[in-house]
Amino acid sequence: MAIAREAEPVGSLSEVREAGLDREDLLGIYRNMILTRGVEERGHILYRQGKIPGSFYTGRGNEAAAVGVATAMGPEDVGTPLHRDMGVHITRGVEPWKIFAQFMGRADGPTHGRDGNVHLADARLGLIAMVSHLPAMLPVATGCALAFRIREERRVAVGWFGEGSSARGDTHESMTFAGTRKLPIVYVCDNNQWAYSTPTHLEYATEHVADRAQAYGFEGVVVDGTDVLAVYREAKRAIEKARTGGGPTLLECLTLRMEGHAVHDDAFYVPKVMFERWAENDPVERYRNWLRQHADMTDEEEDHIATGVKRLLNDSLERADASPQPDPSTLLEGVYATPEDLETPHHK
Amino acid sequence: MAELTYLQAISDGLRSEMRRDERVFVIGEDVGVYGGAFKVTQNFQEEFGPWRVIDAPLAETAIVGGATGAAMMGLRPVAEMQFSDFVSCAWDHLVTIAAKQRWRAGTPVPIVLRLPSGGGFSGGPFHSQNPESSFAHIPGLKCVCPATPEDAKGLLISAIEDPNPVLYFEHKHLYRRIKGEVPEERYTTPIGKARIHREGTDISVITWGAMVYTAEEAAQRLEGDGVSVEIVDLRSVLPWDKAAVLESARKTSKVLVLHEDTRTGGFGGEIAATIAEEAFEDLDGPVRRIAAPDTPVPFAPPLEKAFIPQVDDVVKGLRELAEY
Repeated sequence: MAIAREAEPVGSLSEVREAGLDREDLLGIYRNMILTRGVEERGHILYRQGKIPGSFYTGRGNEAAAVGVATAMGPEDVGTPLHRDMGVHITRGVEPWKIFAQFMGRADGPTHGRDGNVHLADARLGLIAMVSHLPAMLPVATGCALAFRIREERRVAVGWFGEGSSARGDTHESMTFAGTRKLPIVYVCDNNQWAYSTPTHLEYATEHVADRAQAYGFEGVVVDGTDVLAVYREAKRAIEKARTGGGPTLLECLTLRMEGHAVHDDAFYVPKVMFERWAENDPVERYRNWLRQHADMTDEEEDHIATGVKRLLNDSLERADASPQPDPSTLLEGVYATPEDLETPHHK
Repeated sequence: MAELTYLQAISDGLRSEMRRDERVFVIGEDVGVYGGAFKVTQNFQEEFGPWRVIDAPLAETAIVGGATGAAMMGLRPVAEMQFSDFVSCAWDHLVTIAAKQRWRAGTPVPIVLRLPSGGGFSGGPFHSQNPESSFAHIPGLKCVCPATPEDAKGLLISAIEDPNPVLYFEHKHLYRRIKGEVPEERYTTPIGKARIHREGTDISVITWGAMVYTAEEAAQRLEGDGVSVEIVDLRSVLPWDKAAVLESARKTSKVLVLHEDTRTGGFGGEIAATIAEEAFEDLDGPVRRIAAPDTPVPFAPPLEKAFIPQVDDVVKGLRELAEY
């Protein structure tokens, strides 16, 4: 039996306006969603061209969940997005050419070829680069929230995890600590139903991951992760609740991972019918239809957005491909921080 | 100058940094109301309040991971493991995130982790270990192991000032046993610089932590044999003062490396290898190692005595080297 609140879908434009989005915001969300998908589709091409070393991970199917939550964050809020959350980086304003440079391990990528894939973040955009150990970023996000609480700032941390990593102790320790101290944090579970090849019933025995929130002393909410506006509305509520001293929320976004765990994985273990059913709810297509039905998005507007995204992607690929390979002589640099590294707004 | 115990010196250093810099805060199990299992933070919560002396749940991952996040947001956490043994529960956060974030993502993680370590009082397998060698293997971390009250204060202040994750191994067997003069004013002890604990000409002992005092007693006994022993207190194992060790090795031409941690893969192996590589021509004998045997730390006093290197063991090793 579900304990978490199961959020309603978003219907009308007036409901969306109540949630704080005007028409320009709505079109911006659409642009961020198709840019997110476009970056990952172009990534697949780069991979096939042999330009991406190692493997390649995407978040196809998770665009609404990622963009919806990131849109609800304030400019001073911070987050620890994961490998299915490209939409968070896009929404916070990362330049796509830097992502492509990162994918290809080039010198101009955010990690300068030292790490790959979505293991990137721009601290100036309030994001912290993820590690592969999931959900190790949850205690870190919890620590960010602790800092905000200690300094009595009206800022919120957002920590992402998956239903697979909900099994690990980091999840429990983070939520225990945040619950006892009522920290300003929102835990976002990208529940895409497959942890590599492991289905949900082998990861948790409750109906929802969010059902656990009650045990930690805060609210759990399950939302349809293919409905960007419902995700936004629930994330906004949770973030503003945290900002005003209401403590944490566990927000679970239910989606389906529409590709394999990574490019090498054909996901043979996912029933075909499951893909077919969820493809009907493709988050990008779903939102496009909503915009046309409820916000009168015109052909011209749609073309304008699509053309802009396409041009940006083309230019970004070109710029990233011009970026040099990292210089092996730089390998030893920066293992240790210097006092000058602390000359940032955060550390003043 | 005031005479303080090693434990008082740690408290003194921490308190003075918290008074000086409001970004510094303490987090750990029982550090607040109780004042810490060893009373290092006694009365801190009264002075600094519950949000700067934070009683955490029994959750080492949340403590170290949380400290990492808070540091990234500009604070200067000093986190405490109640016993250094429990750092195994937080390994991931030190090794996976804190150690690699600067190199990988350009984000410094200025945290200090206090680790009450070492044996000698029947703490058993889970309250007596010296895990510094495990962390000395991790690029991106720093590991300090003060032996004197003066260094305990100075290295703690350096650790808090440092823009990197610093593991501060404080030896429990020194807490109340060792007293010394400690300057009242603020000062730092450089991380990565060794200290000559005792000058000598015939054999060098390279050691750190509580073993400095074991070496000292052994050196006094060797005086009777007419053998002059130099003791180099490494003070930090990451980074470690290679230059000071090589200089002492070249001066005496015989070296004994001594540590309380177990032998295989212990940090003594790195020191011995470096001396062999870089000072081979200056040696008049093999580099000797004395360390604990490769077992967990035992509980019963006769077993523990057989485990932790004793003065007699060091005397025997020094005599063998002297006669070589």
